[in-house]
Amino acid sequence: MSKIDSEDHGKKHPGKKGFSRRSFLQGIGISGGAVASLPKGLLAEPQAESGARVMGPGPVPVSLRINGKVHNLNIEPRVTLLDALRNHLDLTGAKKVCDRSVCGTCTVIVAGHPVYACGLLAIEAQGKDIQTIEGLLSTHGKAHPVPTAFVENDAQQCGFCTPGFVMAVKAFLDKHPNPTMEQVKQGLGGNLCRCGTYIGVRQAALDAAREMRGGKRA
Amino acid sequence: MQAFEYAKPATLKEAFGLLGAQWGEADLLAGGTDLLSLMKDYIHKPKRVVSLTGVKELKGIKSSSDGLHIGAMVTLEELLGNAQVRKEYLSLVQAARGVTSPQIRAMGTVGGDLCQRPRCWYFRNGFGLLAREGDGKELVPNGENRYHAILGNSGPAKFVSASSLGPALIALGAKLTIASGSGNRNVDADKFFLTPNDPASREVDLKPNEILTEIVVPPAAGTKNATYEVRQKEALDWPLATASVALKTSGSTVSSAKVVLGHVAPTPWNSAEAAQALVGKPLNESTAKAAAEAALAGATPLSQNRYKIQLAKVAVKRALLAAAGKA
Repeated sequence: MSKIDSEDHGKKHPGKKGFSRRSFLQGIGISGGAVASLPKGLLAEPQAESGARVMGPGPVPVSLRINGKVHNLNIEPRVTLLDALRNHLDLTGAKKVCDRSVCGTCTVIVAGHPVYACGLLAIEAQGKDIQTIEGLLSTHGKAHPVPTAFVENDAQQCGFCTPGFVMAVKAFLDKHPNPTMEQVKQGLGGNLCRCGTYIGVRQAALDAAREMRGGKRA
Repeated sequence: MQAFEYAKPATLKEAFGLLGAQWGEADLLAGGTDLLSLMKDYIHKPKRVVSLTGVKELKGIKSSSDGLHIGAMVTLEELLGNAQVRKEYLSLVQAARGVTSPQIRAMGTVGGDLCQRPRCWYFRNGFGLLAREGDGKELVPNGENRYHAILGNSGPAKFVSASSLGPALIALGAKLTIASGSGNRNVDADKFFLTPNDPASREVDLKPNEILTEIVVPPAAGTKNATYEVRQKEALDWPLATASVALKTSGSTVSSAKVVLGHVAPTPWNSAEAAQALVGKPLNESTAKAAAEAALAGATPLSQNRYKIQLAKVAVKRALLAAAGKA
């Protein structure tokens, strides 16, 4: 079997019009679909006393509750939450950079905790509340205080780490509503910015905290 | 990542029925931060992944007369949130905080920290745990070895143990419970980590059909303990060297000592020499320094990692002074 990354196969085609890098990648995914038809029963059947159901390796139903809305997918167990968001649900705010639970660009909030979506299987995120950056966008003309504070503090340069940082800040402030600068530094230790926008990001976190507490901005 | 079967048992009994007899058949999934990376790089290609996230027996921290029972699936964040851990086991708190990413602490588990595979970049790039080319040539001695072992590296294994909690648990005298379908066995944390001599061996004392279920840390009972970690960056970095210490004192002198270094050898490195240098003496800057010298006296650095000797000495000295409340 050739090495086919989980990004490149087994996804549904959204049938979008026009052409983009995304739709191109999604298009070539169709030809990788053959990987899904691996032989069943790779391992011996679970022993009789084991009541746990063995699923896959082909697509299985996976239900994800994202930003309050339930999405039903049919995906292989190996699909990460990040790939499910980006490739199957077109929620492309969380970015894929290291894909090894190191850089933080894919940070989303699962059950109240900041997590690397690349390091969590989508199937493992079932039954938990998943918040993504898309949930913080303006729906009634008013964006969440965290992204607003990022804009006001010019807390990004190339912007690629920004969605991950915004979610890391939100997760941190949800638990630490009145942090010190030192706590902010420690609390954002799981995200990298290669442009070096940390100063702006930390100030944005402090400003957003004040805003979320209902205080006035400095 | 290679496709795999997935199962999420609700009990240990169910889990045992899903495991294979050989490595490579089934892998256990805890927090996933290491396993998923290993699978994406085709270092692990399990036919089945058995998720432990639904097994309630592996969760929670319970206090009992024989010590603190920490479930293997307790996350690092849960460990840090436990009042008794914070009060009595400073060295565990400092070791877990050394994992500087809140995301990793929220996902990663205590059992996963102990069972994660080494970070050696030759291993992670498919050259095996002993880092050899196809013709058997060793890659580490004349290769990129700045992060490799400076102690315990005379055999074929040159990687360093990746565990952050291992040194602290060994210093505190913890025992691990390892379960399989045929019963439980207890292993001293000190004996859990192994230095493999052949490519098929693992670096921890676990069989493919076994599950690490619980870590029992004996009552602190006044044991002074601390961990000090040296790393290049403030945040989001692997340690270059760590030291965890546990001391008992009688009056102003040290009556017993454990000094365990991390990230300097294929296993956490329990230094009898450092302990011996402390017993019967008062703990101060000069005895802490002498213990650090003793711990590293037998170091055998590779071509690029001599600098780790000094960092490890600093870690030992500062951990000792922190445990004594003098740092």
